[in-house]
Amino acid sequence: MWNFPLLPEQASTVAPHVDLLYFFQVGVSLFFSVLIFATILYFTYHYREGSNIDRSRPIAQSLLLETTWMGIPFVFGMIMFFWGAALFYVDYEAPPGALDVSVVAKQWMWYIQHSQGRAEINELHVPLGQPVKLTMTSQDVIHSFYIPAFRVKQDVLPGRYTSLWFEPTKVGRYHLFCAEYCGTNHSAMGGWVEVMEPADYERWLAEGGTGPSMAQEGEKLFVQHHCAGCHRGSQTVHAPRLEGVFGKSVPIQEGKDVHFVTADVTYIRDSILRPKSQVVAGFEPLMPSFEGQISEPDLLRIIAYIKSIAGEETPQ
Amino acid sequence: MSTTVLDQTAAAGHKPPKPHRETYLDAWTVKSWLLTTDHKRIGILYLISITVFFLIGGVAATTMRLELMTPKGDLLSSPDAYNRMFTLHGVAMIFFFLVPSIPATLGNFLLPLMIGARDLAFPIINLMSWYMYMIGGSIAIAIILFGGIDTGWTFYTPFSTMFSNTLVVPAAFAVFFAGFSSIFTGFNFIVTVHTMRAPGMTWFRLPLFIWAHYATSLIMILGTPVLAIAVMLIAVERLLRVGIFDPALGGDPILFQHLFWFYSHPAVYIMVLPGMGVISEIVPCFSRRPIFGYRFIAYSSIALAILGFIVWGHHLFVSGQSMYAGLVFSFLSFLVAVPSAIKVFNWTATMHKGAIRFDTPMLYAIGFIGLFTVGGLTGIMLSTLAVDVHLHDTYFVVAHFHYVMVGGAVLAYLGGLHFWWPKITGRMYPEMFGKLSALAVFIGFNFTFFPQFILGYLGMPRRYFEYAPEFQVLNVMSTAGASVLAFGYGLPLIYFLWSLRKPPSAPANPWQATGLEWQTESPPPTHNFEFTPKVEKAPYSYSPVAVEGFDGYGDHGSH
Repeated sequence: MWNFPLLPEQASTVAPHVDLLYFFQVGVSLFFSVLIFATILYFTYHYREGSNIDRSRPIAQSLLLETTWMGIPFVFGMIMFFWGAALFYVDYEAPPGALDVSVVAKQWMWYIQHSQGRAEINELHVPLGQPVKLTMTSQDVIHSFYIPAFRVKQDVLPGRYTSLWFEPTKVGRYHLFCAEYCGTNHSAMGGWVEVMEPADYERWLAEGGTGPSMAQEGEKLFVQHHCAGCHRGSQTVHAPRLEGVFGKSVPIQEGKDVHFVTADVTYIRDSILRPKSQVVAGFEPLMPSFEGQISEPDLLRIIAYIKSIAGEETPQ
Repeated sequence: MSTTVLDQTAAAGHKPPKPHRETYLDAWTVKSWLLTTDHKRIGILYLISITVFFLIGGVAATTMRLELMTPKGDLLSSPDAYNRMFTLHGVAMIFFFLVPSIPATLGNFLLPLMIGARDLAFPIINLMSWYMYMIGGSIAIAIILFGGIDTGWTFYTPFSTMFSNTLVVPAAFAVFFAGFSSIFTGFNFIVTVHTMRAPGMTWFRLPLFIWAHYATSLIMILGTPVLAIAVMLIAVERLLRVGIFDPALGGDPILFQHLFWFYSHPAVYIMVLPGMGVISEIVPCFSRRPIFGYRFIAYSSIALAILGFIVWGHHLFVSGQSMYAGLVFSFLSFLVAVPSAIKVFNWTATMHKGAIRFDTPMLYAIGFIGLFTVGGLTGIMLSTLAVDVHLHDTYFVVAHFHYVMVGGAVLAYLGGLHFWWPKITGRMYPEMFGKLSALAVFIGFNFTFFPQFILGYLGMPRRYFEYAPEFQVLNVMSTAGASVLAFGYGLPLIYFLWSLRKPPSAPANPWQATGLEWQTESPPPTHNFEFTPKVEKAPYSYSPVAVEGFDGYGDHGSH
């Protein structure tokens, strides 16, 4: 029963890459530590006071030595920097077509909703072999979504979205931790990530009943909050239509200039909560702010709805 | 002087009374201590005060390690109690022990002596520095008595400003005052080094201890004001509900992290640079060799001070800061490896062809080099973007910074305290117990913190009251190691005090060291030197062959 692991399970596509770099660093570190320790031990033994040994003509200084021991750490440092930066850069954005999952953190639980509609608390069910993208926000303080077996972590902030993605490679049950100190029950704010065979995952989603999807819930909210009144064809108020907007470039009027921003989750969120900050060119800044009127999970549902109509033609 | 001067040589008993020699320790009234402007006495005031905070922080650490023996919370009554404990540990150890540790005690005591000056440039400001520290420290102790705080020493917003129900505003003021004490000290050191060096003490004859303190002082005066601003903004948001950091009020929570780490990363160098200065004094003395690569070590201190200011963003790789900022900060962080490597390799090379003695200070210094090396190398892993994503906010980080701050700063502090104890107090410490403490600290430290590297890579987050059961074995190892470490710390506390029972008898220069501070008596007279010393050669002019007959710069304080 000798079980003494030195690393957590490798259960995502990035995990082996991170581990390889880590092993390289451990190897280099061991090499230099042993080199330094052995030299010190050798010197302290060999040149101990009273030892009968040649001490003549010591080296007082040496530019060659100094440059060598500046150069070697620099070169190894640069190798590690580029290696780590490349991994970080390449894996920063989720691949297109990743499964969308929304995460709302609050003291001290994780509320998670899948785009098909099923919601869960402190558990995250995901299918094997499919990229999953989490869009996350917090209702109170900063939290951090951390799955050691996937080697991924991202802080979850109040007032904005951060995202995290991974592709599970191994069926199993893995720790989910909150990694940013968030108050009293910080250490209890965790749970499990359950990686399932895709068929099991489908079954699991269906078990939740045939409730509405996030987008359908979002559409209901869209009507409830009277968004539809202006953004859906009522001609009394001149407001931009939202079909086909998500993910596209939107012209923004700023004084006399027009610049373009991508209509992503952050833009939609800001447009709902602070509509006057980024007004689409050609429209009057008439929309009232919905700050404090829509809960975080509902905001994510409305965004899911707006995303769901991204493929439709923008009616003129 | 005061009327209650104690003639210490007469108090020695039956020996023929030596003619009394005036020392800085002569006056013993409360007033003579509380209103002193003598840098040496202020150093002692600081030594006593920071020891109190070291003990407070140590009790908190012991409680945490005992709690973490089991995965479930059982020793402490609630998670809140644990959260207050680690906050207390961090605040006491960082702001009230490590930041002032070497500069305010050894630095205060030695800086004028080492450059051949009578005092610091501004003795009253030096005393004010201690009072600032004491105001901050008193607030901190009041906070403990009235319930503590639970934000962690990092005070992350908006938790600290809008959610914590503990004494955050008083804590902000405690840190604010402690910060001003280090601004005063830093400012004083810089002016003193510029204007009060003895004749012949050129910049490149300065001991490396002075170079290190000069670099530290630059950080203190440039970085600490930013910390002061950051904690005051916390107070403003908390008290007046002005939206600075909380998004619900229109603020930005990441802004606080930038402000905080703009000070607190350089603060790491405030903690470790003076330690490097101590090691640069001890290693040549006990190797009987001039230090290898003097200028490289001197410049590397300045390089660390500068680089320290441009790497703060490596604490924010997963915070939501821009990916491109992450790339730049990661790159800059790797540059820190170069000046750190310069120091380690030069200290090691200094031992080459030396005649090495293994007195307690040297044992601590060798321990420092080993532990700082491990701390530095693991820091490189944390600078690496993809690896840090996994390691950030885990026990790996806890282990890393303890290797730098305890393995580095505290070992250097203890080594320096042993080295200069005869100078400061005029007493020798018991060498056997000294060696035992160095050994116990080194072994205990490694047993405490090495398992935490593994815990971190396994994924155990920091600041956890309860943890997953599979992490228990390593946590028990860590706690077991901590008990050895505590023993190692406890020894010097006892024998240093014990050594004070007898009158001063230490020679002026027990280690046959070359620094100016060893030219004057132990303990030094109030005005440091009988004559203004003249410096005629480079520092560290040790020779391994002349070990037997070495009489340094006048073993008996004569010139």
